[in-house]
Amino acid sequence: MALTGLEIYKLLPQTNCKDCGFPTCLAFAMKLAAKQAALKDCPHVSEEAKTKLESASAPPITLVELKGDDGAVQVGNETVLFRHEKTFYHRPGLFWRLRDTEDIEELKRVVAEADAYQVDYVGINLYLDGFAVEAASSDPAKFNAAISAVRSVSKKPLILIVPTGDLAKAGIEAAAGSRPLIHAANGENWEEMAEVAKEAGVPLAVQAEDLEGLAELTQKLKETGVEELVLDPGVTSYLDSLERLTSIRRLALKQTFRPLGFPVITFPGANSEVDETLLAAEHIAKYGGLIVLEEFNPASLYALLVLRQNIYTDPQKPIQVQPGIYEINSPDENAPLLATTNFSITYFSIANEVEGSGWPGWLLVTDAEGMSVLTAWAAGKFDAERIAKDAKTFDVEGKVSHRKLIIPGHVAVLSGELEEEMPGWEIMVGPREAVDINSYLKAMWSN
Amino acid sequence: MTIEIPKEKYSGAVREVTLGATADEGGTRAHTLTVGGESTLPYLHFEGTIPNRPALALEIRDRKPDDWSPLLLQAWGEAMDDPGEWAKAAEAAGADLIYMVLSLTSADGEPNTPENARAAVRKVLEATSLPLAVVGPGQADLDNELIVPVAEEANGERLLLGICEEKNYRTIVAAALAHNHLVQSKTPMDVNLSKQLVILIHDMGMPLERIVMDPTTGALGYGIEYGYSVMERLRLAALGGDKMTQQPMLVNPGEEAWRVKEAKVGEGVPENWGDWERRALDWEAVTAIALVHSGANMLILRHPETLRRVRTVLDDLLGSQS
Repeated sequence: MALTGLEIYKLLPQTNCKDCGFPTCLAFAMKLAAKQAALKDCPHVSEEAKTKLESASAPPITLVELKGDDGAVQVGNETVLFRHEKTFYHRPGLFWRLRDTEDIEELKRVVAEADAYQVDYVGINLYLDGFAVEAASSDPAKFNAAISAVRSVSKKPLILIVPTGDLAKAGIEAAAGSRPLIHAANGENWEEMAEVAKEAGVPLAVQAEDLEGLAELTQKLKETGVEELVLDPGVTSYLDSLERLTSIRRLALKQTFRPLGFPVITFPGANSEVDETLLAAEHIAKYGGLIVLEEFNPASLYALLVLRQNIYTDPQKPIQVQPGIYEINSPDENAPLLATTNFSITYFSIANEVEGSGWPGWLLVTDAEGMSVLTAWAAGKFDAERIAKDAKTFDVEGKVSHRKLIIPGHVAVLSGELEEEMPGWEIMVGPREAVDINSYLKAMWSN
Repeated sequence: MTIEIPKEKYSGAVREVTLGATADEGGTRAHTLTVGGESTLPYLHFEGTIPNRPALALEIRDRKPDDWSPLLLQAWGEAMDDPGEWAKAAEAAGADLIYMVLSLTSADGEPNTPENARAAVRKVLEATSLPLAVVGPGQADLDNELIVPVAEEANGERLLLGICEEKNYRTIVAAALAHNHLVQSKTPMDVNLSKQLVILIHDMGMPLERIVMDPTTGALGYGIEYGYSVMERLRLAALGGDKMTQQPMLVNPGEEAWRVKEAKVGEGVPENWGDWERRALDWEAVTAIALVHSGANMLILRHPETLRRVRTVLDDLLGSQS
């Protein structure tokens, strides 16, 4: 938990020497508490105080990074229980589980396919984060060959699922040059696992039946010098998952309970009785960190990737749509042209209404910095000048043969100015609400 | 080492609301349906009680809709041609509640009529003994014109009637008051607006035990994060003791999800969107599950398979109480 200004003050020299640039030690302590100053600005602080302050300022949930030959996944370092309190920072990594007992050529084929998978969501490219390779054969040579095969077709980060230190070592050798996660240390093998993880400088997952077991193991591992840990609470269904992941998140954030201050790894498809997609969805909403899927299915993965994008959107920075000209229902040069802003909800409600109405249409989405129509207008981000500029940038004159632009009813006031900015154009004032677009077009569009 | 799970102490709880009336209570339903009552966040049994399961409703219409996805037409088949048959099929599919939306127009494009609305509700009441919700097509004038006779036709059945919105709630609330029904209070994704409309409806004399609030949620990919967070904030406020936010929450993942391209359309979409049917069903189910975790007490669904999947998840989340 972060220290208060007064707690920090007690650890400072209290000489008011001003060497830090602040008038008093208390003023400096207050700035430190507000994270507006750095401890290194005080040249006189004792080593003991430094250690105390640094450990108190360490994040309550450790950040863990996996790296592939290209690309990385960071999980952890979350600071809130609910996204509206601030935001969730590090999107859970979605991995696909493979086994080294699979035929090598088949393995390459399916990995290449999953590696190439990507979907566009409002201009954001979404994809699978990496692969978890399991040493199911217990044969180091086979495991090595499987990892090499995966790396020959994908540069994404890896998770190595291994029961023993020897297999972990074999995996690490085959993954040399990347930074995989080793899964997992348990009550029996933790010493050998710690040795491999420490030597390779890679993160290590920890597996135990209950939270007490996890906490004991992480403390032992920390003593061996392995700092980047991931918790596997062994969840198998919806309720045990919600209870354990909520408990871990609360303990870490509300009590700064360091032994469980790590991101979590889950296997929503491990229990064949469970609907993997729906449990993975729960993990995305409620405190999952790394999510390893048993099945790679494009349709379900698309839904999960979009949910992750939505839940991890910063509530203060709404999702924006790429500004541009959007086609709805295959419009031709006679189809109506409507202008709006690039706030995603604004875009979606209009695009959905036009699409549902069956009207072919062109949607001019202007760069209003992700604000809705009225907010953008009030902030000067959706004015005649901008609309005219974007109309030019996105070449509306090349798309439609008519010269009529429909603007949202809420900004009717812009029409005069816009006619000046866009000579030769007729500016039509559309409805205030998207739901009225269909009836508006029926009444007003004569082409 | 023993670890104590940090528990929250809440001063408030969600209000219990009961739909439907049995013969003893002046209706004809086989049983009533109670939602709400929980004194903790969704499914955290370790710090509070959750006396009632969330209700799963299936949406039906008074006539076969013109714009539903072919996947839904396939799922319901000929049952859609008759509201009574459709209600029976929904009951057989495991619904706790039938949610009937009255159409804007008749099949030949004429505005829907009070006579038709009455007849459809009568048919459904006779076809099923489940509690029932009836809402208008979503256009203020027509909503009022249709819901008032429905309230009268089903006098004493404790239907859930809607949709009450800030701009149009008085007529529907008055009809519900006169004929012993409940109302659905719907506001656009905003904590204060939700609260305010509950206050306005309550001020007309409607007991809080007869108001369900619909905070509005987007579909997955189409703004669900706004609805999700508004619901979490409303629920935290309710548990914190803010009386006018303690109504059970109704959400409509069926309507939201089946409106979007991902569910509706099978052709001309990117290959990586995968199998259409699976995508459509996942879109509805994942939308529903996200809302289950943000505090939904009633979920309106469209596809029977989604109801089955969500039911399985809820059975587990409710643990020994199921």
